[in-house]
Amino acid sequence: MAEITLIEGLRQAMDEELARDERVFIVGEDVGPRGGVFRATLGLFDKYGPDRVIDSPLAELSIVGIGIGAALYGMRPICEIQFADFIHPAFNQIVSEAARLCYRSNGEWTAPMVIRAPYGGGIGGGLYHSQSIEAFYSHVPGLKVVIPSSPHDAKGLLKSAVRDPNPVLFLEPKKGYRLIKGEVAEGEEILVPIGPARVSRPGRDVSLFAYGMMHHYALQAAGAVAAEGIDVEVVDLRTLAPVDRRTILDSVRKTGKALIVHEDNLTGGYGAEVAAILAEQAFTDLDAPVRRLAGPDVPGVPFSHPMQDWFMPDPAKIAAAVRELAAY
Amino acid sequence: MTLSTDQLLEMYRIMLLARRLDERAWVLHRQGKIAFHISGIGQEAAQVGAAVALRRGHDWVAPYYRDLALMLALGLTPRAFMLSLMGKLGEPTSGARQMPSHWSLRSANVVSHSSPVATQACHASGIGLAIKLRRKDQVVLTTIGEGSTAQGEWYEAVNWAAIHKLPVIFLVENNVYAISVHQDKQMAVASAADKAAGLGLPGASIDGLDPVAMYDGVASAAERARRGDGPTLLEARVHRLTPHSSDDDDRSYRSRQEVEAMKSEDPLSLFHDQLVKQKVLTQAAAEAMDAQTREQVEEAVTFSLQVPYPPAADAAYPVFVEDIRHG
Repeated sequence: MAEITLIEGLRQAMDEELARDERVFIVGEDVGPRGGVFRATLGLFDKYGPDRVIDSPLAELSIVGIGIGAALYGMRPICEIQFADFIHPAFNQIVSEAARLCYRSNGEWTAPMVIRAPYGGGIGGGLYHSQSIEAFYSHVPGLKVVIPSSPHDAKGLLKSAVRDPNPVLFLEPKKGYRLIKGEVAEGEEILVPIGPARVSRPGRDVSLFAYGMMHHYALQAAGAVAAEGIDVEVVDLRTLAPVDRRTILDSVRKTGKALIVHEDNLTGGYGAEVAAILAEQAFTDLDAPVRRLAGPDVPGVPFSHPMQDWFMPDPAKIAAAVRELAAY
Repeated sequence: MTLSTDQLLEMYRIMLLARRLDERAWVLHRQGKIAFHISGIGQEAAQVGAAVALRRGHDWVAPYYRDLALMLALGLTPRAFMLSLMGKLGEPTSGARQMPSHWSLRSANVVSHSSPVATQACHASGIGLAIKLRRKDQVVLTTIGEGSTAQGEWYEAVNWAAIHKLPVIFLVENNVYAISVHQDKQMAVASAADKAAGLGLPGASIDGLDPVAMYDGVASAAERARRGDGPTLLEARVHRLTPHSSDDDDRSYRSRQEVEAMKSEDPLSLFHDQLVKQKVLTQAAAEAMDAQTREQVEEAVTFSLQVPYPPAADAAYPVFVEDIRHG
C-alpha cells in the first residue's frame, strides 16, 4: 500500500488504461506537454505521445463532440473539461448526443467515453471556477454521473468509467485533488464498480449522504459529533446516476433520520432527489423531516474569502445540522 | 475517373426513387396517414453525386435530415423509409423512436444524428480524428444545410479538421433558405464555401443540380483526404422545391414566381434530359424505370401500412448499453 493523493489516483488510472487499451486517448485543453492545469495528465504526453494525449483548441463543445465521433468509430476517449464551469457549451453534445445515442438508435450506435471535469468551490475560484454542475446532468437518462471522494475510488472508478460502454461524466472534487490522501494498493488492478454507493462510516442515529469534497467533510463532522454521543452513518453516494436507491433506503430504515449535503445550490439540487426517494419509499421509516444542507441559492460562489466561506458547507456547518437533526 | 453508363443510370435511378418516395410522403401526409415529412426534393443530384464518390461501407457518413437520396444511394431501403414515416414496428434505424428522416445505417457507417443542427459536424471530425489515429484510408462525409453553418458547432468541427488535416469532407447543401430565412440574413459571404478561407482549408462551390459535377467535386475531395492532405469544404448550390417540412407554408416568405423559376431547374429533369441527349437513356427506358420505381414505392407503402405499431413497452429501453435487446 502507498499513500497517494486523489489526483495521483486519477493519473494512475489514466496511465494504466492508456497502457492497457490502445483505443484509449485523452483530449482536452493543456493536457499535453503541460500535463493539464491541475497536472492530472502530468507525464502522460511524454510517455504515450501526441496521438494518445491530444491538446485541443480552446473550445469545449468540440472536445466532447470530437470525443463522441471517435467513440462512434470505436475509440475510447477521455475528454477533459478544464473546469466544470466551462462545460456548459458542451451541454448540447453531452445531453442531445452522447446520452441519447444508444436509445435513439435502438442500440445500433453507442458513445463509450469519459468526460472528466474538476468541480466545486472553496478554492478562491469565484463564480466561474467553483461550480457544481451535477444536478444538470444527473437529470439526463443515458448518462452516468460519477464523483469519487478518495484516491482509491478516484482510481478505481475512473478505470471502470473508461471501460464502461456508456458515456460517463466523471466529476472530480478539485479542492480535494491534493488535500485528500489515502492508501491505494500497489501492483494490483483496482476497479470500483459504477453504481453502488458506499457506507464509509456505519452508525445508528443519523444517515449523512454526501459525495466528493462534502463526503470528506461529512466524515470529519461525524467524527466531531461522535464525542457528543451522536452515532452518524456516512454514505458516500459516489455514483449519482444511476442512483443506488437500495443503499440510501437501507441506511435510513436503520437510522430514521437523513441529512443530505452538497455544495451545489439547494433548489433543484441532487439532495432533492434523495429526499424524494426517501419521501416516496421510506416515509414510515422516518423519525424526522429529511434535511438538506447545500450551497445557498445565489448565482455562484463569491471570490472574496468571507463571502466564499458563507457560501460553502464545511465540517462545522455539517456538524451543526447533524446535532439539530439528532435532537429532533 | 469517368462514370460508366451503368453508374450514370444507377445515379438516375436513385434520384428517381428518392423523388417518388418523397412525393409519396407528401401524399401520405395529405391523406392523414403520416404525421410529418421533411423533404429533400430538389437536392437529389447533389446527394447522389456525393454518395457515389464514396466507398460504401468503407467510408463514413454523418448526414442531415434532407438526405433521403444520399441514404438511398448508401443502402437505405424504401421499406425502411416508409416504416420511419409511419413510426412502425421494426423501423431499422431507431426502432421508430426518432422522427422520420433522422438517419442511421450501421452497415454503411452512417452514424445516427439528432435534430439540433450541426452537432453531426463535430462527430464527423471525431471520426476523422479516429481514422487518422488508426492510420486507415477511410474518409468521412458530413452534410449540412447552409443555415446550420451559422452554428458554433460547425465552426469548431471544421477548425478541428483543418488543424489536424483530418480526412473529412464538409458538404453544405445550400438551398438558400433556413426554413424561412434567406441566405442574406444567415451569412455575409456569397458562398458557404467562402468560409473555408478563415479556417485554413480549401473551399469550392459546385452546381448541385448536376450529379456528375458533384461526383467530381466529392471524389477529388475524398482523394485529397485519403492522401493525408486534409479536409475540404464544398458547397452544393441546390433548390428546395418544397416547403421546409409538412408543417411549413412557404407562401408566407417566398413568391410563387421564385419557386416556379426553381422548378424550371429541377435536377431530376435536367439529368434525365442530359442522359437522353447523351444517348445513355432512352425515353422508353426512362418511362419503364419510372413505372418500376412507382411500383417499388407502392410496395413499400402497402407493406408498411399493414405493419403494426411498436408495443408501448419498447419505449422503456435501451437507456444504457446494458439494456440493448437483440433480435
